[in-house]
Amino acid sequence: MSGLSSIPVRVAADGDACHGNALAILHEVRHALERLISTGEATRIDLHALPFGAGDEAWLTALLGTGEVLATIEALGPTSVQETAIPGVWLVDYRNAEGQRLALHLEVTCIPAILRTQCRELDTAVATLDTRLSTATPGGSHPLS
Amino acid sequence: MRVFEKNPLEKGLAERLREHGVSRRGFLKFCAATASMMALPPAMIPAIAAALERARRPSVIWLSFQECTGCTESLTRSHAPTVEDLILDLISLDYHHTLQAAAGEAAEAAREQAMRDNHGNYLLIVDGSLPGPDANPGYSTIAGVSNYAMLMEAVEGAAAVIAVGTCAAFGGLPAAAPNPTGAVSVMDLVKDRPVVNVSGCPPVPMVITGVLAHFLTFGRLPELDEYHRPLAFFGQSIHDRCYRRPFYDKGLFAETFDDAGARAGWCLYRLGCKGPSTYNACATMRWNSGTSWPIEAGHPCLGCAEPRFWDAGGFYVPLSVPTGPAQDYLLAAGALGAVVGGVVATSARGRVKAEAAVRQPVTVEELEQKL
Ligand code: SF4
Ligand code: SF4
Repeated sequence: MSGLSSIPVRVAADGDACHGNALAILHEVRHALERLISTGEATRIDLHALPFGAGDEAWLTALLGTGEVLATIEALGPTSVQETAIPGVWLVDYRNAEGQRLALHLEVTCIPAILRTQCRELDTAVATLDTRLSTATPGGSHPLS
Repeated sequence: MRVFEKNPLEKGLAERLREHGVSRRGFLKFCAATASMMALPPAMIPAIAAALERARRPSVIWLSFQECTGCTESLTRSHAPTVEDLILDLISLDYHHTLQAAAGEAAEAAREQAMRDNHGNYLLIVDGSLPGPDANPGYSTIAGVSNYAMLMEAVEGAAAVIAVGTCAAFGGLPAAAPNPTGAVSVMDLVKDRPVVNVSGCPPVPMVITGVLAHFLTFGRLPELDEYHRPLAFFGQSIHDRCYRRPFYDKGLFAETFDDAGARAGWCLYRLGCKGPSTYNACATMRWNSGTSWPIEAGHPCLGCAEPRFWDAGGFYVPLSVPTGPAQDYLLAAGALGAVVGGVVATSARGRVKAEAAVRQPVTVEELEQKL
Protein backbone atom coordinates (compact mmCIF):
# COMPACT_ATOMS: atom_id res chain seq x y z
CA MET A 1 0.00 0.00 0.00
CA SER A 2 1.52 3.31 -1.04
CA GLY A 3 0.11 5.66 1.56
CA LEU A 4 -2.89 6.74 3.58
CA SER A 5 -4.53 8.29 0.53
CA SER A 6 -4.84 4.86 -1.06
CA ILE A 7 -7.05 3.59 1.78
CA PRO A 8 -10.66 4.02 0.68
CA VAL A 9 -12.39 5.79 3.55
CA ARG A 10 -16.14 5.78 3.49
CA VAL A 11 -17.98 7.92 6.04
CA ALA A 12 -20.90 6.04 7.55
CA ALA A 13 -24.09 7.73 6.46
CA ASP A 14 -26.55 7.09 9.22
CA GLY A 15 -25.43 8.83 12.39
CA ASP A 16 -29.04 8.56 13.54
CA ALA A 17 -29.05 4.78 13.46
CA CYS A 18 -30.35 3.30 16.68
CA HIS A 19 -29.16 -0.06 17.95
CA GLY A 20 -32.26 -0.67 19.99
CA ASN A 21 -30.47 -0.55 23.35
CA ALA A 22 -32.33 2.52 24.56
CA LEU A 23 -35.74 0.88 24.61
CA ALA A 24 -35.06 -0.97 27.87
CA ILE A 25 -34.15 2.34 29.51
CA LEU A 26 -37.51 3.81 28.55
CA HIS A 27 -39.24 0.95 30.33
CA GLU A 28 -37.06 1.60 33.36
CA VAL A 29 -38.10 5.26 33.22
CA ARG A 30 -41.74 4.18 33.10
CA HIS A 31 -41.30 2.10 36.28
CA ALA A 32 -39.48 5.02 37.90
CA LEU A 33 -42.33 7.38 37.04
CA GLU A 34 -44.85 5.02 38.59
CA ARG A 35 -42.69 4.86 41.71
CA LEU A 36 -42.42 8.65 41.84
CA ILE A 37 -46.19 8.99 41.58
CA SER A 38 -47.05 6.34 44.15
CA THR A 39 -44.29 6.81 46.76
CA GLY A 40 -42.52 10.06 45.86
CA GLU A 41 -39.24 8.15 45.46
CA ALA A 42 -36.87 9.71 42.91
CA THR A 43 -34.66 7.69 40.55
CA ARG A 44 -31.42 8.54 38.76
CA ILE A 45 -30.10 6.61 35.78
CA ASP A 46 -26.51 7.12 34.60
CA LEU A 47 -26.80 7.11 30.81
CA HIS A 48 -23.06 7.40 30.45
CA ALA A 49 -22.61 3.94 31.95
CA LEU A 50 -24.90 2.11 29.54
CA PRO A 51 -23.84 0.00 26.57
CA PHE A 52 -25.30 2.33 23.97
CA GLY A 53 -24.27 2.14 20.35
CA ALA A 54 -23.96 5.13 18.06
CA GLY A 55 -27.40 6.69 17.73
CA ASP A 56 -29.00 5.11 20.81
CA GLU A 57 -28.59 8.17 23.02
CA ALA A 58 -29.82 10.56 20.32
CA TRP A 59 -32.84 8.32 19.73
CA LEU A 60 -33.64 8.24 23.46
CA THR A 61 -33.35 11.99 23.97
CA ALA A 62 -35.34 12.70 20.79
CA LEU A 63 -38.11 10.41 21.99
CA LEU A 64 -38.23 12.04 25.42
CA GLY A 65 -38.41 15.46 23.76
CA THR A 66 -37.91 18.91 25.26
CA GLY A 67 -40.03 20.34 28.06
CA GLU A 68 -40.49 23.83 29.46
CA VAL A 69 -37.52 24.14 31.80
CA LEU A 70 -33.88 24.55 30.85
CA ALA A 71 -31.42 25.70 33.49
CA THR A 72 -27.64 26.00 33.45
CA ILE A 73 -25.56 25.75 36.60
CA GLU A 74 -22.04 27.13 36.60
CA ALA A 75 -20.10 25.16 39.17
CA LEU A 76 -16.89 23.33 38.21
CA GLY A 77 -17.93 23.84 34.57
CA PRO A 78 -21.46 23.97 33.14
CA THR A 79 -24.26 21.58 34.06
CA SER A 80 -27.45 21.76 32.03
CA VAL A 81 -30.72 20.65 33.56
CA GLN A 82 -33.48 20.09 31.02
CA GLU A 83 -36.98 18.83 31.73
CA THR A 84 -38.06 16.53 28.93
CA ALA A 85 -41.51 16.56 27.37
CA ILE A 86 -42.46 13.92 29.96
CA PRO A 87 -43.19 15.81 33.19
CA GLY A 88 -40.92 14.62 35.99
CA VAL A 89 -38.26 13.23 33.64
CA TRP A 90 -35.12 15.40 33.54
CA LEU A 91 -31.86 15.18 31.64
CA VAL A 92 -28.91 16.41 33.67
CA ASP A 93 -25.73 16.85 31.65
CA TYR A 94 -22.59 17.41 33.77
CA ARG A 95 -19.61 18.87 31.90
CA ASN A 96 -16.19 20.02 33.03
CA ALA A 97 -14.69 23.43 32.30
CA GLU A 98 -13.39 22.12 28.96
CA GLY A 99 -16.89 21.06 27.97
CA GLN A 100 -16.16 17.32 28.25
CA ARG A 101 -19.03 15.29 29.59
CA LEU A 102 -18.50 13.94 33.11
CA ALA A 103 -21.85 12.23 33.48
CA LEU A 104 -25.28 12.25 31.87
CA HIS A 105 -28.15 11.40 34.17
CA LEU A 106 -31.83 10.85 33.59
CA GLU A 107 -33.55 11.96 36.78
CA VAL A 108 -37.10 10.99 37.48
CA THR A 109 -38.08 13.48 40.15
CA CYS A 110 -40.07 16.66 40.71
CA ILE A 111 -36.94 18.78 40.83
CA PRO A 112 -33.33 17.59 40.44
CA ALA A 113 -31.30 17.94 43.64
CA ILE A 114 -28.60 20.05 42.02
CA LEU A 115 -31.14 22.78 41.13
CA ARG A 116 -32.29 23.32 44.69
CA THR A 117 -30.58 25.79 47.00
CA GLN A 118 -28.17 23.68 48.99
CA CYS A 119 -29.15 23.67 52.67
CA ARG A 120 -25.47 23.33 53.57
CA GLU A 121 -24.85 26.78 52.10
CA LEU A 122 -27.69 28.50 53.94
CA ASP A 123 -25.37 28.93 56.93
CA THR A 124 -23.43 31.51 54.94
CA ALA A 125 -26.50 33.19 53.39
CA VAL A 126 -27.23 35.68 56.16
CA ALA A 127 -23.57 36.59 56.61
CA THR A 128 -23.18 37.18 52.87
CA LEU A 129 -26.24 39.40 52.78
CA ASP A 130 -25.05 41.28 55.87
CA THR A 131 -21.70 41.98 54.21
CA ARG A 132 -23.44 43.32 51.16
CA LEU A 133 -25.84 45.42 53.27
CA SER A 134 -22.96 46.94 55.19
CA THR A 135 -21.35 48.20 51.98
CA ALA A 136 -24.59 49.20 50.28
CA THR A 137 -25.42 52.86 49.79
CA PRO A 138 -29.14 53.51 49.23
CA GLY A 139 -29.73 54.94 45.79
CA GLY A 140 -26.07 54.41 44.89
CA SER A 141 -24.58 51.92 42.50
CA HIS A 142 -24.98 48.24 43.22
CA PRO A 143 -22.42 46.73 45.55
CA LEU A 144 -20.64 43.49 44.75
CA SER A 145 -22.22 41.59 41.91
CA MET B 1 -10.40 -5.40 54.45
CA ARG B 2 -7.98 -2.98 56.02
CA VAL B 3 -9.10 0.63 56.41
CA PHE B 4 -6.21 3.03 56.01
CA GLU B 5 -5.17 5.42 58.72
CA LYS B 6 -6.05 9.04 58.30
CA ASN B 7 -4.48 12.08 59.85
CA PRO B 8 -7.26 13.61 62.01
CA LEU B 9 -5.72 17.08 61.68
CA GLU B 10 -5.94 17.08 57.92
CA LYS B 11 -8.99 18.69 56.36
CA GLY B 12 -11.55 16.66 54.46
CA LEU B 13 -12.02 17.10 50.74
CA ALA B 14 -15.31 19.00 50.99
CA GLU B 15 -13.73 21.57 53.29
CA ARG B 16 -10.70 21.96 51.04
CA LEU B 17 -12.90 22.41 47.98
CA ARG B 18 -15.03 24.95 49.80
CA GLU B 19 -11.93 26.93 50.74
CA HIS B 20 -11.05 26.95 47.04
CA GLY B 21 -14.41 28.56 46.27
CA VAL B 22 -16.11 25.38 45.06
CA SER B 23 -19.80 25.57 45.97
CA ARG B 24 -21.92 22.78 47.39
CA ARG B 25 -23.44 22.26 43.95
CA GLY B 26 -19.91 21.96 42.56
CA PHE B 27 -19.18 19.35 45.21
CA LEU B 28 -22.35 17.40 44.35
CA LYS B 29 -21.40 17.52 40.70
CA PHE B 30 -17.98 16.21 41.61
CA CYS B 31 -19.69 13.37 43.50
CA ALA B 32 -21.89 12.58 40.47
CA ALA B 33 -18.80 12.42 38.25
CA THR B 34 -17.00 10.31 40.84
CA ALA B 35 -19.89 7.81 41.02
CA SER B 36 -19.86 7.53 37.26
CA MET B 37 -16.09 7.09 37.31
CA MET B 38 -16.29 4.36 39.95
CA ALA B 39 -19.00 2.60 37.93
CA LEU B 40 -21.35 2.95 40.90
CA PRO B 41 -25.05 3.69 40.45
CA PRO B 42 -26.20 7.30 40.98
CA ALA B 43 -28.15 6.12 44.02
CA MET B 44 -24.74 5.91 45.71
CA ILE B 45 -24.09 9.66 45.29
CA PRO B 46 -25.23 10.65 48.83
CA ALA B 47 -22.99 7.93 50.33
CA ILE B 48 -20.08 9.10 48.15
CA ALA B 49 -20.69 12.70 49.21
CA ALA B 50 -20.70 11.68 52.88
CA ALA B 51 -17.47 9.71 52.45
CA LEU B 52 -15.74 12.45 50.43
CA GLU B 53 -16.60 15.01 53.12
CA ARG B 54 -14.07 13.22 55.27
CA ALA B 55 -11.64 11.97 52.61
CA ARG B 56 -7.92 12.72 53.17
CA ARG B 57 -5.14 12.91 50.62
CA PRO B 58 -3.30 9.62 50.47
CA SER B 59 0.37 9.72 49.58
CA VAL B 60 1.01 7.96 46.28
CA ILE B 61 4.32 6.64 44.98
CA TRP B 62 4.29 5.54 41.34
CA LEU B 63 7.07 3.30 40.05
CA SER B 64 7.52 2.67 36.32
CA PHE B 65 9.48 -0.42 35.30
CA GLN B 66 9.49 -2.26 31.95
CA GLU B 67 6.72 -0.28 30.28
CA CYS B 68 5.99 1.98 27.32
CA THR B 69 4.47 4.89 29.33
CA GLY B 70 1.14 4.14 27.64
CA CYS B 71 -0.50 3.70 31.04
CA THR B 72 0.65 7.12 32.24
CA GLU B 73 -0.42 8.57 28.88
CA SER B 74 -3.81 6.98 29.47
CA LEU B 75 -4.07 8.41 32.99
CA THR B 76 -3.29 11.91 31.77
CA ARG B 77 -6.12 11.58 29.23
CA SER B 78 -8.60 11.04 32.03
CA HIS B 79 -11.25 13.73 32.08
CA ALA B 80 -13.35 13.20 35.15
CA PRO B 81 -12.24 14.78 37.33
CA THR B 82 -9.36 16.32 35.46
CA VAL B 83 -6.04 14.73 36.25
CA GLU B 84 -4.90 18.04 37.72
CA ASP B 85 -7.74 17.79 40.23
CA LEU B 86 -6.88 14.23 40.97
CA ILE B 87 -3.17 14.75 41.43
CA LEU B 88 -3.17 18.11 43.12
CA ASP B 89 -6.35 18.02 45.18
CA LEU B 90 -7.18 14.41 45.77
CA ILE B 91 -3.95 12.53 46.04
CA SER B 92 -0.47 13.59 46.99
CA LEU B 93 1.58 12.18 44.11
CA ASP B 94 4.98 12.18 45.75
CA TYR B 95 6.95 10.34 43.10
CA HIS B 96 6.33 9.66 39.41
CA HIS B 97 9.32 9.63 37.00
CA THR B 98 7.38 11.01 34.07
CA LEU B 99 5.09 13.54 35.69
CA GLN B 100 7.25 14.98 38.47
CA ALA B 101 9.39 18.08 37.93
CA ALA B 102 12.36 16.80 39.91
CA ALA B 103 14.87 14.50 38.24
CA GLY B 104 17.93 12.45 39.15
CA GLU B 105 19.02 12.43 42.79
CA ALA B 106 16.37 14.96 43.83
CA ALA B 107 13.65 12.68 42.49
CA GLU B 108 15.00 9.63 44.29
CA ALA B 109 15.37 11.67 47.48
CA ALA B 110 11.71 12.73 47.19
CA ARG B 111 10.69 9.08 46.89
CA GLU B 112 12.71 8.06 49.94
CA GLN B 113 11.35 10.99 51.94
CA ALA B 114 7.74 10.18 51.04
CA MET B 115 8.29 6.53 51.93
CA ARG B 116 9.69 7.49 55.34
CA ASP B 117 7.01 10.10 56.12
CA ASN B 118 4.09 7.88 55.14
CA HIS B 119 5.50 4.51 56.13
CA GLY B 120 2.72 1.93 56.32
CA ASN B 121 0.14 4.20 54.70
CA TYR B 122 1.13 5.14 51.18
CA LEU B 123 -0.37 3.71 48.06
CA LEU B 124 2.18 2.17 45.72
CA ILE B 125 1.29 2.23 42.03
CA VAL B 126 3.39 0.25 39.58
CA ASP B 127 3.28 0.22 35.81
CA GLY B 128 5.41 -2.19 33.83
CA SER B 129 6.62 -5.68 34.56
CA LEU B 130 10.08 -6.31 35.96
CA PRO B 131 12.91 -8.86 35.69
CA GLY B 132 12.24 -11.43 38.39
CA PRO B 133 14.67 -12.27 41.22
CA ASP B 134 16.37 -14.96 39.12
CA ALA B 135 16.73 -12.79 36.00
CA ASN B 136 19.61 -10.49 35.10
CA PRO B 137 18.75 -7.30 37.04
CA GLY B 138 20.63 -5.24 34.45
CA TYR B 139 17.72 -5.47 32.03
CA SER B 140 15.95 -2.68 33.88
CA THR B 141 17.33 -0.36 36.55
CA ILE B 142 16.51 3.09 37.91
CA ALA B 143 19.32 5.19 39.39
CA GLY B 144 21.44 2.04 39.40
CA VAL B 145 18.91 0.13 41.50
CA SER B 146 17.31 -3.00 40.03
CA ASN B 147 13.54 -2.89 39.54
CA TYR B 148 13.20 -5.89 41.84
CA ALA B 149 15.11 -4.24 44.72
CA MET B 150 13.21 -0.97 44.28
CA LEU B 151 9.83 -2.70 44.27
CA MET B 152 10.56 -4.79 47.34
CA GLU B 153 11.85 -1.77 49.26
CA ALA B 154 8.80 0.31 48.32
CA VAL B 155 6.34 -2.50 49.10
CA GLU B 156 7.76 -2.66 52.65
CA GLY B 157 5.99 0.53 53.75
CA ALA B 158 3.02 0.41 51.37
CA ALA B 159 -0.55 -0.05 52.54
CA ALA B 160 -1.48 -1.56 49.21
CA VAL B 161 -0.13 -1.96 45.70
CA ILE B 162 -2.00 -1.08 42.52
CA ALA B 163 -0.57 -2.68 39.38
CA VAL B 164 -1.62 -0.45 36.48
CA GLY B 165 -1.65 -1.98 33.02
CA THR B 166 -1.41 -5.53 31.76
CA CYS B 167 2.41 -5.54 32.06
CA ALA B 168 2.37 -4.83 35.79
CA ALA B 169 -0.71 -6.98 36.32
CA PHE B 170 0.19 -10.07 34.29
CA GLY B 171 3.63 -9.58 32.68
CA GLY B 172 2.36 -8.12 29.41
CA LEU B 173 4.39 -7.69 26.25
CA PRO B 174 7.79 -7.81 28.03
CA ALA B 175 6.84 -11.32 29.17
CA ALA B 176 5.86 -12.46 25.66
CA ALA B 177 7.61 -15.64 24.52
CA PRO B 178 10.54 -16.11 24.74
CA ASN B 179 10.49 -13.53 27.59
CA PRO B 180 14.12 -12.45 27.20
CA THR B 181 14.24 -10.33 30.37
CA GLY B 182 12.60 -12.91 32.65
CA ALA B 183 9.72 -10.45 33.15
CA VAL B 184 7.22 -11.17 35.92
CA SER B 185 4.17 -9.35 37.23
CA VAL B 186 3.86 -7.47 40.51
CA MET B 187 1.46 -10.11 41.81
CA ASP B 188 4.13 -12.78 41.19
CA LEU B 189 6.39 -11.01 43.70
CA VAL B 190 4.19 -9.25 46.24
CA LYS B 191 2.53 -11.72 48.56
CA ASP B 192 2.12 -9.88 51.85
CA ARG B 193 0.26 -6.74 50.72
CA PRO B 194 -3.09 -6.34 48.96
CA VAL B 195 -2.50 -6.11 45.20
CA VAL B 196 -5.09 -4.61 42.85
CA ASN B 197 -4.65 -5.28 39.14
CA VAL B 198 -5.96 -2.57 36.82
CA SER B 199 -5.30 -4.41 33.59
CA GLY B 200 -5.60 -3.21 30.02
CA CYS B 201 -3.04 -2.26 27.42
CA PRO B 202 -3.39 0.49 28.43
CA PRO B 203 -6.20 0.54 31.01
CA VAL B 204 -9.20 2.76 30.32
CA PRO B 205 -8.19 6.15 31.85
CA MET B 206 -11.39 6.39 33.86
CA VAL B 207 -10.75 2.96 35.33
CA ILE B 208 -7.36 4.08 36.68
CA THR B 209 -8.85 7.20 38.21
CA GLY B 210 -11.93 5.25 39.32
CA VAL B 211 -9.82 2.87 41.40
CA LEU B 212 -7.92 5.78 42.93
CA ALA B 213 -11.21 7.56 43.59
CA HIS B 214 -12.57 4.45 45.30
CA PHE B 215 -9.56 4.32 47.60
CA LEU B 216 -9.82 8.03 48.27
CA THR B 217 -13.56 7.97 48.88
CA PHE B 218 -13.97 4.90 51.01
CA GLY B 219 -10.43 4.59 52.41
CA ARG B 220 -10.23 0.97 51.30
CA LEU B 221 -9.71 -1.03 48.16
CA PRO B 222 -12.60 -2.18 45.96
CA GLU B 223 -13.89 -5.73 45.70
CA LEU B 224 -11.75 -7.87 43.39
CA ASP B 225 -12.17 -10.77 40.98
CA GLU B 226 -10.06 -13.93 40.79
CA TYR B 227 -7.32 -12.00 38.95
CA HIS B 228 -7.34 -9.23 41.60
CA ARG B 229 -9.17 -6.84 39.26
CA PRO B 230 -11.86 -4.51 40.66
CA LEU B 231 -15.24 -6.10 40.01
CA ALA B 232 -16.90 -2.75 39.39
CA PHE B 233 -14.93 -2.41 36.15
CA PHE B 234 -13.98 -5.99 35.31
CA GLY B 235 -17.06 -7.80 36.58
CA GLN B 236 -18.69 -8.14 33.17
CA SER B 237 -17.26 -9.14 29.83
CA ILE B 238 -16.94 -6.81 26.88
CA HIS B 239 -19.39 -9.16 25.14
CA ASP B 240 -22.00 -8.82 27.89
CA ARG B 241 -22.06 -5.06 27.50
CA CYS B 242 -21.40 -4.79 23.78
CA TYR B 243 -24.02 -2.85 21.84
CA ARG B 244 -23.41 -5.25 18.91
CA ARG B 245 -24.58 -8.15 21.05
CA PRO B 246 -28.08 -8.27 19.47
CA PHE B 247 -26.34 -9.12 16.16
CA TYR B 248 -24.31 -11.88 17.82
CA ASP B 249 -27.50 -13.29 19.29
CA LYS B 250 -29.14 -13.28 15.86
CA GLY B 251 -26.08 -14.85 14.22
CA LEU B 252 -25.30 -11.77 12.09
CA PHE B 253 -21.53 -11.45 11.66
CA ALA B 254 -19.19 -9.31 9.60
CA GLU B 255 -16.92 -11.64 7.61
CA THR B 256 -14.41 -9.04 6.42
CA PHE B 257 -13.63 -5.48 7.45
CA ASP B 258 -15.43 -3.96 4.49
CA ASP B 259 -18.36 -6.24 3.70
CA ALA B 260 -22.02 -5.31 3.98
CA GLY B 261 -22.18 -6.78 7.50
CA ALA B 262 -19.25 -4.64 8.67
CA ARG B 263 -20.91 -1.55 7.24
CA ALA B 264 -24.19 -2.46 8.92
CA GLY B 265 -22.40 -2.72 12.27
CA TRP B 266 -22.81 -6.48 12.75
CA CYS B 267 -20.93 -8.52 15.33
CA LEU B 268 -17.13 -8.81 14.87
CA TYR B 269 -16.80 -12.30 16.34
CA ARG B 270 -15.63 -13.91 13.10
CA LEU B 271 -13.04 -11.17 12.65
CA GLY B 272 -11.41 -12.35 15.85
CA CYS B 273 -13.28 -10.40 18.53
CA LYS B 274 -12.13 -11.53 21.98
CA GLY B 275 -15.02 -9.71 23.68
CA PRO B 276 -16.61 -12.94 24.95
CA SER B 277 -13.50 -13.83 26.96
CA THR B 278 -12.37 -10.32 27.93
CA TYR B 279 -13.36 -8.51 31.07
CA ASN B 280 -13.00 -4.73 30.89
CA ALA B 281 -15.07 -1.53 30.98
CA CYS B 282 -14.51 -0.27 27.41
CA ALA B 283 -18.10 -0.91 26.31
CA THR B 284 -19.53 1.53 28.83
CA MET B 285 -16.73 3.90 29.85
CA ARG B 286 -15.35 4.17 26.31
CA TRP B 287 -12.16 5.97 25.24
CA ASN B 288 -11.17 9.51 24.31
CA SER B 289 -13.34 11.29 26.84
CA GLY B 290 -16.19 8.87 26.31
CA THR B 291 -16.27 9.39 22.53
CA SER B 292 -16.10 5.81 21.29
CA TRP B 293 -14.33 2.49 21.77
CA PRO B 294 -12.62 -0.08 19.56
CA ILE B 295 -15.69 -2.16 18.67
CA GLU B 296 -17.71 0.97 17.96
CA ALA B 297 -14.87 2.00 15.63
CA GLY B 298 -15.28 -1.33 13.80
CA HIS B 299 -12.31 -3.23 15.22
CA PRO B 300 -12.57 -6.45 17.22
CA CYS B 301 -11.50 -6.53 20.84
CA LEU B 302 -7.95 -7.91 21.20
CA GLY B 303 -8.47 -9.07 24.76
CA CYS B 304 -5.85 -6.70 26.12
CA ALA B 305 -7.04 -6.88 29.73
CA GLU B 306 -6.62 -10.65 30.01
CA PRO B 307 -3.61 -12.66 31.20
CA ARG B 308 -1.45 -13.95 28.32
CA PHE B 309 -3.38 -12.10 25.59
CA TRP B 310 -0.01 -11.35 24.01
CA ASP B 311 0.76 -15.02 23.28
CA ALA B 312 -2.80 -16.27 22.74
CA GLY B 313 -2.70 -16.54 18.95
CA GLY B 314 -3.75 -14.26 16.11
CA PHE B 315 -5.74 -11.14 16.90
CA TYR B 316 -7.91 -11.74 13.83
CA VAL B 317 -8.55 -15.43 14.43
CA PRO B 318 -12.00 -16.13 15.89
CA LEU B 319 -11.92 -17.46 19.43
CA SER B 320 -13.19 -20.90 18.55
CA VAL B 321 -11.28 -21.49 15.32
CA PRO B 322 -7.95 -22.99 16.43
CA THR B 323 -9.30 -26.16 18.00
CA GLY B 324 -13.04 -26.11 18.49
CA PRO B 325 -16.12 -26.73 16.34
CA ALA B 326 -16.57 -23.07 15.46
CA GLN B 327 -19.59 -23.41 13.25
CA ASP B 328 -21.68 -25.37 15.78
CA TYR B 329 -20.72 -22.82 18.32
CA LEU B 330 -21.90 -19.88 16.26
CA LEU B 331 -25.05 -21.64 15.09
CA ALA B 332 -26.01 -22.36 18.67
CA ALA B 333 -25.62 -18.72 19.59
CA GLY B 334 -27.48 -17.54 16.53
CA ALA B 335 -30.38 -19.95 16.78
CA LEU B 336 -31.11 -19.84 20.47
CA GLY B 337 -30.68 -16.16 21.16
CA ALA B 338 -29.44 -14.15 24.07
CA VAL B 339 -29.61 -16.73 26.82
CA VAL B 340 -27.61 -19.26 24.93
CA GLY B 341 -25.31 -16.47 23.74
CA GLY B 342 -24.46 -15.75 27.36
CA VAL B 343 -23.72 -19.39 28.07
CA VAL B 344 -21.58 -19.62 24.95
CA ALA B 345 -19.67 -16.57 26.06
CA THR B 346 -18.98 -18.14 29.42
CA SER B 347 -17.83 -21.38 27.86
CA ALA B 348 -15.72 -19.37 25.41
CA ARG B 349 -13.91 -17.85 28.35
CA GLY B 350 -12.99 -21.26 29.70
CA ARG B 351 -12.06 -22.41 26.24
CA VAL B 352 -9.78 -19.46 25.54
CA LYS B 353 -7.94 -20.03 28.77
CA ALA B 354 -7.28 -23.62 27.78
CA GLU B 355 -6.32 -22.61 24.25
CA ALA B 356 -4.00 -19.90 25.45
CA ALA B 357 -1.94 -22.56 27.13
CA VAL B 358 -1.34 -24.55 23.92
CA ARG B 359 -1.42 -21.98 21.13
CA GLN B 360 1.68 -21.14 19.16
CA PRO B 361 2.56 -17.47 18.78
CA VAL B 362 1.39 -16.08 15.45
CA THR B 363 4.10 -15.47 12.86
CA VAL B 364 4.45 -12.38 10.69
CA GLU B 365 3.68 -14.50 7.61
CA GLU B 366 0.45 -15.78 9.16
CA LEU B 367 -0.55 -12.28 10.12
CA GLU B 368 0.07 -10.98 6.62
CA GLN B 369 -2.02 -13.79 5.16
CA LYS B 370 -4.91 -12.83 7.40
CA LEU B 371 -4.65 -9.18 6.44
S1 SF4 C 1 -18.25 -10.92 19.78
FE1 SF4 C 1 -17.34 -8.88 20.01
S2 SF4 C 1 -18.46 -7.53 18.56
FE2 SF4 C 1 -19.65 -9.43 18.83
S3 SF4 C 1 -21.12 -8.94 20.44
FE3 SF4 C 1 -19.35 -9.93 21.42
S4 SF4 C 1 -18.01 -8.26 22.05
FE4 SF4 C 1 -19.47 -7.39 20.56
S1 SF4 D 1 -11.86 -3.37 23.39
FE1 SF4 D 1 -10.66 -5.13 24.17
S2 SF4 D 1 -8.59 -4.90 23.29
FE2 SF4 D 1 -9.66 -2.97 23.03
S3 SF4 D 1 -9.03 -1.74 24.80
FE3 SF4 D 1 -10.97 -2.76 25.34
S4 SF4 D 1 -10.35 -4.70 26.35
FE4 SF4 D 1 -8.54 -3.90 25.28
